[in-house]
Amino acid sequence: MNAQAPALRDPRLNRPEPLTPPLGDGGFFQRDRSIHPPAHAPGYKSSVLRSPRQALLSLENSISEITGPVFGHNDLGPLDNDLIRNYAKDGDPVGERIIVHGRVLDETGRGVPNTLVEFWQANAGGRYRHKKDTYLAPIDPNFGGCGRALTDDTGYYYFRTVKPGPYPWRNYVNSWRPAHIHFSVFGSGFAQRLITQMYFEGDPLIPICPILTTIPDKDALDRLVAPLDLNASTPFDSLAYRFDIVLRGQRSTYFENRTAGN
Amino acid sequence: MPQPLNYLKETASQTAGPYVHIGLIPAMAGFDIFEKNFSNVLVTPNTEGERITLEGKVLDGTGTPLRDVLLEIWQANASGRYNHPADRSAGALEQAFRGWGRAGSDFESGLVTFETIKPGAITDKAGRTCAPHVNVWIVARGINIGLNTRLYFSDEEAANAADPVLNLIEQPSRRGTLIAKRGERAGKVVYSFTINLQGPEETVFFDV
Repeated sequence: MNAQAPALRDPRLNRPEPLTPPLGDGGFFQRDRSIHPPAHAPGYKSSVLRSPRQALLSLENSISEITGPVFGHNDLGPLDNDLIRNYAKDGDPVGERIIVHGRVLDETGRGVPNTLVEFWQANAGGRYRHKKDTYLAPIDPNFGGCGRALTDDTGYYYFRTVKPGPYPWRNYVNSWRPAHIHFSVFGSGFAQRLITQMYFEGDPLIPICPILTTIPDKDALDRLVAPLDLNASTPFDSLAYRFDIVLRGQRSTYFENRTAGN
Repeated sequence: MPQPLNYLKETASQTAGPYVHIGLIPAMAGFDIFEKNFSNVLVTPNTEGERITLEGKVLDGTGTPLRDVLLEIWQANASGRYNHPADRSAGALEQAFRGWGRAGSDFESGLVTFETIKPGAITDKAGRTCAPHVNVWIVARGINIGLNTRLYFSDEEAANAADPVLNLIEQPSRRGTLIAKRGERAGKVVYSFTINLQGPEETVFFDV
């Protein structure tokens, strides 16, 4: 480990006030599927044989969908949100040092507190530490490429890493993924479960990526692109990118229908 | 112009990709990084209920098992209660049973397994009894947005016949796509399932 590298600190400039309106226990807002990629998106060839062809069956949320797993700090280790340190063997990983930070919100704008956010990525050369990745760029001995964090009471999360590199993949002969970080987010109910990818402002591979362009809505695509956030960077240490994630909102139950058993 | 509503829009989904294991099951990617890992074992020695293995595959449109798929399950405990503050039903809560697990498919066979307990029946908000079931979420390379389905149990014939969700499925023949078959192996209870992404036996997926 590099003893000179400063420890990772919360990069927030202005901490927002906690938001504490009562959580509804109605179902989640209907998912607007027009902003999500369709299951069958032929430009992304892997989707052709892996996309259901029958209509999804609409299911009014029951207790099975409103609830979901609860995680706590006991599930995490102290270096889990520091990808510069959490696999370091004899020094820091190679690459541009960056901080990624943002809030997990729901569609009402309320922060989603204490929810698990997991992230994974290639190293600075575009190579994953994965036994199935055979790209010729080298593995970095000091970089694992994954981490996780729990949001705080305002829905805020942050982590430190190196900027991932682009890499080629087998879709068209010359397809390249833009630099990206994968995100997995839970929310409070299993129906909010979401996996997505964060991209970096200014990457020229973004408009030609067959995976990104599965998204039919231009604004929805733009919302996956994290802007450089110079104000949150650490001078002489790390740049910062801001990435907010929005999960489905939850309906309040203002008036309960009288039901059997009540 | 009316007042603006100003709701935010949900973040768009993107595929979990072929290397999902790095982030969610690093041991499967081939390395050890976290002190504590999530797994496909939901039970602890103290968990109440009948021990079961859930075992199955996810097949693509050619009938070939996906070998890079990741499944998560979310279920109630043996008393039919979810370990979540929004579940205020009468069943006993077990703090030690989270009711959630994740598993990657075997890189050769495509087999996915969970070690869990059979959940109890659930009472919904309308007071109806729902057959015991496990909620399933599926992500993989080529799956653009996570797929939601459920697994019910073949030995719960009467409960399944009365289940309000199974009865939403118009074609009775398709209800069977959600039912895991009970069997035994070496004295252990194993429920087997097949999730077909396409084809005449396509599994019922839900828009939850």
